[in-house]
Amino acid sequence: MSRDRAEAAFPAPQRNETNGPYWQALDAGRLVFQRCAACANAWLPPRTECPRCLSPRWQWENASGAAKLVSWVVYHHGYHPYFESRLPYNVAVVELAEGPRLTSNIVEAAGGLRIDMPLELIIQSEAGVALPRFRPG
Amino acid sequence: MRGNVVIAGVGHTPFGKLPGRSTVSLNIEACRNALADAGVDKDAVDALLVKPPTSNPQFMYGQTLAEAMGLQPRVGGAWDQGGAANISLISFAAMAIEHGQCEIALVCYADNPRTGSRHAYEKAWGDDAAFGWFGVPAGYAMLARRHMEQFGTTSDQLGAIAVAIRGHGAANPNAQLRKPITLEEYRQSPWVIDPLRRDDCCLVSDGAAAVVLMSRERARRLQVARAVPILGFGQGQSSWEVAQRSDLTSTAAEVSGATALKMAGLAARDIDVAQIYDCFTITVLMTLEAYGFARRGEGGPFCAGGRLQAGGELPVNTAGGLLSETGMPGLQLVIEGVRQMRGDAVVQVADARTCIVSNQGGIMHTHSTLVLGQAL
Repeated sequence: MSRDRAEAAFPAPQRNETNGPYWQALDAGRLVFQRCAACANAWLPPRTECPRCLSPRWQWENASGAAKLVSWVVYHHGYHPYFESRLPYNVAVVELAEGPRLTSNIVEAAGGLRIDMPLELIIQSEAGVALPRFRPG
Repeated sequence: MRGNVVIAGVGHTPFGKLPGRSTVSLNIEACRNALADAGVDKDAVDALLVKPPTSNPQFMYGQTLAEAMGLQPRVGGAWDQGGAANISLISFAAMAIEHGQCEIALVCYADNPRTGSRHAYEKAWGDDAAFGWFGVPAGYAMLARRHMEQFGTTSDQLGAIAVAIRGHGAANPNAQLRKPITLEEYRQSPWVIDPLRRDDCCLVSDGAAAVVLMSRERARRLQVARAVPILGFGQGQSSWEVAQRSDLTSTAAEVSGATALKMAGLAARDIDVAQIYDCFTITVLMTLEAYGFARRGEGGPFCAGGRLQAGGELPVNTAGGLLSETGMPGLQLVIEGVRQMRGDAVVQVADARTCIVSNQGGIMHTHSTLVLGQAL
């Protein structure tokens, strides 16, 4: 697949009013999450209300980048043409030190993966989109 | 209301590839068969509850189906809860019957993803597609990995589930896949999404199923043969997407199972045969833990050693389940539970007096549990 075709096929995140600041922060080199101004709950992905107390008052907060591995899978079947050339590849669930969990990829993991292993944030560009990935930390 | 409502009839279409058939047509065939099984005239039906087709959801599908069947049901509509919906609809129908809102209910489901579109099962998970996160199997693989790493659950233990259920399906003349496997063949099965192999994954099937519900008293007056009493039911919702779920190895199947067993006045040890939603092998293992058949984390050893096979301590999915009979989401498990309680299953568990049936949907987001008793 040519670089152009691959970029054309990349399933880029759909930015909207709610998640726009999240992706803009990644473009600027920061991973952010939401914290409730009423109950201090922290969460991702971006929402309009706190899922714990339903308050619409919250702030964006910078993540430290420290995280741990909750679980991971390794794709051996391509569900989308963009990813077929990189099979097998991993997708992981990661928990930030501040609490929120997100879907990501683990990179630079030649030493293998184990649950609860410490990770650190590395922001990488994929088809021009800044993505939050993680490596053993 | 324990035992006050019965399943009076069951019906289904052939399973597998049914090209050119609409879901309305498939639903009607299953309902026709279920009504004939119950010995009930269509015009006596005053409730029609349907799970919308997974691969092609449509607005007001319940009314579309009612029109095609010439019904003006008092209680009717569609309910979307993923794969948990069928048992939930049975429980809603039972409560409506108990409280005089209707008298004879049809609960049905049809879909044609095999010859139609599989998109619903292979689609991206929102913006996480940017990380390559696609497909239903991936979510279950994420749960399975955590279970394996946290508790030492092995691939061979998942394989034992596939071996047991595929063996039951091989005996079922109506099963879509009648090929038993050995543990060695399971080990050779290719990865789809590690840690799940092809043989951990259910079938994709066209087909439909339906059940007829009424009060125990109505069934007696209509002289319905071998009506199967509903002893208990319950629901539970885990709700969070996999990535946001705080604990990947426990689910609200604990809630649905406990609710259903409490209503039935039974404990897991009182259950003789189980029909457990087996979209993937890990789903069976985690559901059996949630229902209390095995302690949390001990589902792997519990499922190994032939315990789930016919003749074992807890025969599971005696018609082949989603892995072997048909991949359609869940109502076939209820039908096999009814056969077991009537005593006319192909792989019949001797003296079976109680059966638990699980339905679940999403990535173990939604749970619904049914407990059936021996036919009257």
